[in-house]
Amino acid sequence: MVSKSVLQEQMAKQEYKYGFVSDLDEDTAPKGLNEDIVRLISRKKNEPEWFLEWRLRAYRHWLTMKEPKWSNVTYPPINYQDIIYYAAPKPKKPVNSLEDVDPEIRNLYAKLGIPLQEQERLAGVAVDAVLDSVSVATTFKDRLAELGIIFCSFSEAVQEHPDLVRKYLGTVVPFNDNFFAGLNSAVFSDGSFAYVPPGVRCPMELSTYFRINAQDTGQFERTLIIADEGAYVSYLEGCTAPIRDTNQLHAAVVELIALDNAEIKYSTIQNWYPGDKNGKGGIYNFVTKRGKALGANSKVSWTQVETGSAITWKYPSCILQGDNSVGEFYSVALVNNYQQADTGTKMLHIGKNTRSTIISKGISAGYGRNTYRGRVQIHKGATNSRNYSQCDSLLIGSTCAAFTFPDIQVQEPTAQMEHEASTSKIGEEQLFYCQARGITPEDATNMIVNGFCKQVFLKLPMEFAVEAQKLIGVSLNLEGTVG
Amino acid sequence: MLEIKDLHVKVAGKEILKGIDLSINAGEVHAVMGPNGSGKTTLAQVLAGRVTYEVTGGRARFEGKDLLAMKPEDRAREGVFMAFQYPVEIPGVSNAYFLKAALNAIRKYHGREEIDAMDFVSLVQDKAKLLGLDETFMKRGLNEGFSGGEKKKNEVFQMAVLEPKLCVLDETDSGLDIDALRVVANGINAMRSPTRAMLVVTHYQRLLDYVIPDFVHVLVDGKIVKSGDADLARNLEKHGYGWILEETPRPPQAARA
Repeated sequence: MVSKSVLQEQMAKQEYKYGFVSDLDEDTAPKGLNEDIVRLISRKKNEPEWFLEWRLRAYRHWLTMKEPKWSNVTYPPINYQDIIYYAAPKPKKPVNSLEDVDPEIRNLYAKLGIPLQEQERLAGVAVDAVLDSVSVATTFKDRLAELGIIFCSFSEAVQEHPDLVRKYLGTVVPFNDNFFAGLNSAVFSDGSFAYVPPGVRCPMELSTYFRINAQDTGQFERTLIIADEGAYVSYLEGCTAPIRDTNQLHAAVVELIALDNAEIKYSTIQNWYPGDKNGKGGIYNFVTKRGKALGANSKVSWTQVETGSAITWKYPSCILQGDNSVGEFYSVALVNNYQQADTGTKMLHIGKNTRSTIISKGISAGYGRNTYRGRVQIHKGATNSRNYSQCDSLLIGSTCAAFTFPDIQVQEPTAQMEHEASTSKIGEEQLFYCQARGITPEDATNMIVNGFCKQVFLKLPMEFAVEAQKLIGVSLNLEGTVG
Repeated sequence: MLEIKDLHVKVAGKEILKGIDLSINAGEVHAVMGPNGSGKTTLAQVLAGRVTYEVTGGRARFEGKDLLAMKPEDRAREGVFMAFQYPVEIPGVSNAYFLKAALNAIRKYHGREEIDAMDFVSLVQDKAKLLGLDETFMKRGLNEGFSGGEKKKNEVFQMAVLEPKLCVLDETDSGLDIDALRVVANGINAMRSPTRAMLVVTHYQRLLDYVIPDFVHVLVDGKIVKSGDADLARNLEKHGYGWILEETPRPPQAARA
C-alpha cells in the first residue's frame, strides 16, 4: 500500500544531475563591491568611456536603493561585500574559433548536453554559452550573419555594434528600475545580444546556456534582444549550477524590444541548483525581465519553466506600447523541499487594441512556497484592450503552500478583463483511480502534473517541451516516466 | 476466480463489512444489491485496494493469490478492474494517453512489449464504437467536464480496452438515462465470456433487466443476508428491501444508540 507519506518522502529525495564542479583556472576579482571593482570590470571588457560612465551612474544610484522586502519569500540578509563580482575562465590562448575553446570548458558543456561543436549541432539551435561572468562560445554565428542577424556575447556587441547597444541598453529596464536591476547594471560582465534586421525571420532558435561554476561568485548577466520591423526571433535560455552549501546570487536583466510588426518569443528553462532537501544552499535567482512591444502590431511572448533555485524572484513583463500589440506570459513554477518562488508578470497596456494573456501554473510540493504575483494595468487611452488571466495552483502533500496576488488596474472603460484562478490538490482519489488502472502513484503524479502544465508546455519549442516534461519529473523526483 | 471469506472492513474506525462470504467462478455474473449504507461500495473499493478501507479480518483470494496483500496497481495488472461510481477528472491528460499508460503498465507487468501506436488506435476505435463514443472523445482530458453519463460510458470503455478477468462494477447505472443505460448495458454484455467474471453492485434492479445476473446477493448492514437467482432481484424491485429486513433479524450491534 502506498500512503501519502511514502510519496512525500520520495519527492523529498533530491536528485540534481548538474551539480558537478569543473576545475577551471579562473581569473577572479577580489571579493566586494566599490567603484574600483566597477572600473575593473569595465577595463577587463575594454569598454568605451560612455559605457563606464553608465555603469558608475548605475552604481551610485544603487547605493541609494534598498533591497525590496515586499516579496513573499524569506532569506537571511545578503552581504554584498562577500560576493565576487567577476570570474572568468583564463583563456590558454586567444579564442578565435570554436576549436580554440578550452577542452575543459567544452567537456563541461558536453556533460550538460550542450555541444559547442557545430558538427554536433543541437537540432538547429544556435548557442551562446555563458560561464560565470563571460561568454565562452557562440555557435552558428556565420550562418546567421549571412541573414544580417547579429548573435554574440554582450561584450562583443559592445565592441562591434556599440551604436545598437547604446541606442537600446536600459530603455526597457533602466538602471534605477529596482535594486537588483541597479546592481546588475553596475557590475554585469556578459550575456547575450541579438539583433534581427527588418523583415528577417530568424531560421533557428537562438539560445544562451548559463552556467555558474566558480564558488562565491555572483552571476550578473544581461541580455538584449532587438527585433526590427517585421522581424521574428525565438530565443531560449537554460541555466544550471554546481551543488554548493552556500547560496549564490544570480541577478540578471533581460530587455526585449519589438518594433513594428515584429515578434519576440522568449523561453526559459531555469534549473539552477535548488538547494538540498533541508534547504541548504541553492541559487538566489533575482531577475528582471521585461519586453517592450514598441511598434504597432508587435508581439512579446514569455514562456518560463522554473524548477530550480532556492529562491526565485522574477516577473517577465510586457509594455504594450504599440497599437494592436500583444503580450503573453506562460509560466510553470515548481517548488519542492524548501524552495520559494515569487513569480508572475506585469502587463502594461498603453497602446490601443492591445491584448495580453497570462497563464500561470504553480506546483508546490514538500515545504515549498509558491506565489503568483501579477499586475495588469490598462492605461487611459488604451481603448478596447483585453486581458485574460488564468492562475492555477496544484498542491502535492499537505506541508506546501500556494499564494496568488493578482492586481488589476483599469483606467479605460472599453477594456475587457477576465481573471480565473483555481487551486487543486493531487488527491488520494486521483492517485487511487490511476492505481486501479495499473499505474503506480509515482507515474500517476507525474502524469497529473504534466497534464496540469500542458497549456504552457505546448508553447515551448518542441525539443524543449520534452526536456521540460522530464525536468518536472526529476524535480519531483518521481521514478520512471509514463507513455 | 474470486474467493472471499469472512471479510471484515472498517472505514474511519466504523465497521462496515461484518463478515462477507462470496465466491465467484469464471463465466459468472454476480449482482450485489442492498439499501443505501449497506456496504456495497465498500465491498467494491476494498477489492480494488483503497487504502482508506481497513481490512480487520477475513481474506480474499483472486486466482489463488492473496488479493488483499497486493498493491492496488498490482491488482489491476493481475486482472481486477473496478468501474468507479464517481470517476475522477484529470485535466490535461487525454483519455487516449491515460488509457495507453494503463494498458502498457499492465502489459509490462506480464512481460509484454508496449502496444504499437497503430494497434492501439485500431483497438480503441473498435471499442469506442461499442459504446457509441466519437473520435474527439479520446483527445479530451480524462473525464474533464464529462457529463455523468459520459463518465460511466468511459468506465465501461476502459474496461473493454483493458480486458480484465474480473470486472467489479460499482453503481454503474446510477445517473444514467434510459438510452445511456442501454448503451452501457450492451457494453457490459459484450464482455461476458466464459473466462471472465463480473460483480455488479447496484441499488436498483433496472441495470439487471439488461445484464441478467446468474446470482443475486442481498447485502444488508455489512452482511449478505440472502442469495438467489435473477428472480430475487425482481422481487426486490417489486417489494423493496423491507421484506428481507423483516425476514432477517438485525444483529444487536447494528441497533442505533
